[in-house]
Amino acid sequence: MRQLLILIQKEFIQIFRNPLLPKLILIFPVMVMLVMPWVTTMDVRNVGVAIIDDDCSTLSYRIKSDIRAAEYFTINDEPNTHEEALRLLEDSKIDIILLIPDDFERNITSVSPKKLDISANAVNATKGSLGSQYLVQTIASTMSKYMSEQGRSHLSDFVVIQNRYNPTLNYRNLMIPALMIMLVILICGFLSSVNIVSEKENGTIEQINVTPIGKFTFVLAKLIPFWLIGLFVVTVAMIVAWLVYDLVPVGSLGNIYFATILFILCFSGFGVTIANISDNIQQTMFMMFFFIVIFILLSGLLTPISSMPDWAQKFTMLLPPRYYIDIMRSVYLKGAVFMELWHNFAALGVFVIIFNLLATITYKKQV
Amino acid sequence: MSDVIISVKDLTKRFGDFTAVNRITFDVERGEIFGFLGANGAGKTTAMRMLCGLSYPTSGSGTVAGYDVMREGEMIKRHIGYMSQRFSLYNDLTVWENIRLFAGIYGLSKSETESRATELLRRLNFTSERDTLVGALPLGWKQKLSFAVATIHRPEVVFLDEPTGGVDPITRRQFWEMIYEAADSGTTIFVTTHYMDEAEYCTRVSIMVDGEVRALDTPARLKEQFVAESMDEVFRILARGAKRGE
Repeated sequence: MRQLLILIQKEFIQIFRNPLLPKLILIFPVMVMLVMPWVTTMDVRNVGVAIIDDDCSTLSYRIKSDIRAAEYFTINDEPNTHEEALRLLEDSKIDIILLIPDDFERNITSVSPKKLDISANAVNATKGSLGSQYLVQTIASTMSKYMSEQGRSHLSDFVVIQNRYNPTLNYRNLMIPALMIMLVILICGFLSSVNIVSEKENGTIEQINVTPIGKFTFVLAKLIPFWLIGLFVVTVAMIVAWLVYDLVPVGSLGNIYFATILFILCFSGFGVTIANISDNIQQTMFMMFFFIVIFILLSGLLTPISSMPDWAQKFTMLLPPRYYIDIMRSVYLKGAVFMELWHNFAALGVFVIIFNLLATITYKKQV
Repeated sequence: MSDVIISVKDLTKRFGDFTAVNRITFDVERGEIFGFLGANGAGKTTAMRMLCGLSYPTSGSGTVAGYDVMREGEMIKRHIGYMSQRFSLYNDLTVWENIRLFAGIYGLSKSETESRATELLRRLNFTSERDTLVGALPLGWKQKLSFAVATIHRPEVVFLDEPTGGVDPITRRQFWEMIYEAADSGTTIFVTTHYMDEAEYCTRVSIMVDGEVRALDTPARLKEQFVAESMDEVFRILARGAKRGE
């Protein structure tokens, strides 16, 4: 026990004496939380729209002004004909062309009303499809207002879309818990592995290996500081999320911290394992990058797991961040309780045991 | 002075096809200063690492302080001190923090640590450097500190792997005084070196060539046996036959 305390004390002295590390540990979460939620957005904005109005009626005018008023669109007034607009579309100067045909308003109530024509550039699939969807919604609302003013019932069914848990469909809210997870992955994974492998490079680990210190004690003394640092980083990130984005977890903090503790234990165990099987920092960094890219892209951090192919979905079962992300998002945005998530906690627990066993086994005092 | 503290029989270490240490056999008695000589690449460090429980022998047997090198590596570690070729204290810790760390690892109590460390700093004339970062010390001082740390728990045997490499003659002299002091208090010293004047200070000397022990005796008898003026000459005669280069 005294050995463990002395080793932990040593780790903390080294971390705080490092000229860069303590600053990074504080600045990193603040920076990531201040900047990343704004840039990792999948909301589509600034959709360039050209409107070719062959109708020039009150209705077409209303449609145009409503589109102009919507925040997603930037109107390009340049083209006067459909051909000109198509050329702009081809040059990626605009994203969508809306063609309002001749006599659109006059024929609106006829048996075969004329149709609006929307052409979107779908090279950027997200922008193309989301943009035209926004456009259709905007026009639909104009049309339904117009119809009710005219005293006619709208023909189409009213579709009511209700976005629950994230009412404004704010992509930021989805990203904030995910960014916290990335912070933990980077800080706990990288720092713990680089820390151990640099002891190898400096030769100090050999001096430790020739002492009677237990393997488990040594590994534990390496893990505990990063465990505390990880909790600190998540706390800072949550405070920033609260102050800047007014986002507080709907569910209990206890669940968030419990999941974070499990995940950090699991991930720093992973980091130590990587460090044990590599001889220098270069190897460690390369291996960590390899796994972190897999973790970030495959564990549902950026894209939903449910839209991945079946085999990939099965594969994600093997990735610990997947469970942590699930817990964090559910607790943060939906207020899920422990009983709904217990299988995620259990899975994390299993990974904690596996990775820390691996970390202890791969650390060899005698070769 | 007759009990054996290190006993090695046919100890061998192979890395793939390469036999680094080939069936070495020798005994070291308690309280001896045992010089372990050999050219670069002769297998000294590998042999020493096996004795310290850092490396498993491929075959053969040996005991250190009564414990088997194959099965009881962790028990051996309680009874030995080790100072490697590379300086391996923590450069980013102070002199005092390094001493406290290793004393703690060897299970010394707080008060024991305090009293031994104070005594040690005084003996090394390091009292004023107590709070200096170890990385800022000159090499000779670092080596003296390493030796002091390696013996803080009063081990039965200390293994020193080229402790005086790159150290100036005056510090080298002081270093050997420390070795003698430790030997006088009953610690067995197992030391490798490339300085033949240092070999003359040893109780007994073994010379390794190409992974084998080719000669083992007191410096005086070795000189007699090889009809040589100095240990330097003895070493040259033996090492000339070496097939492994640097």
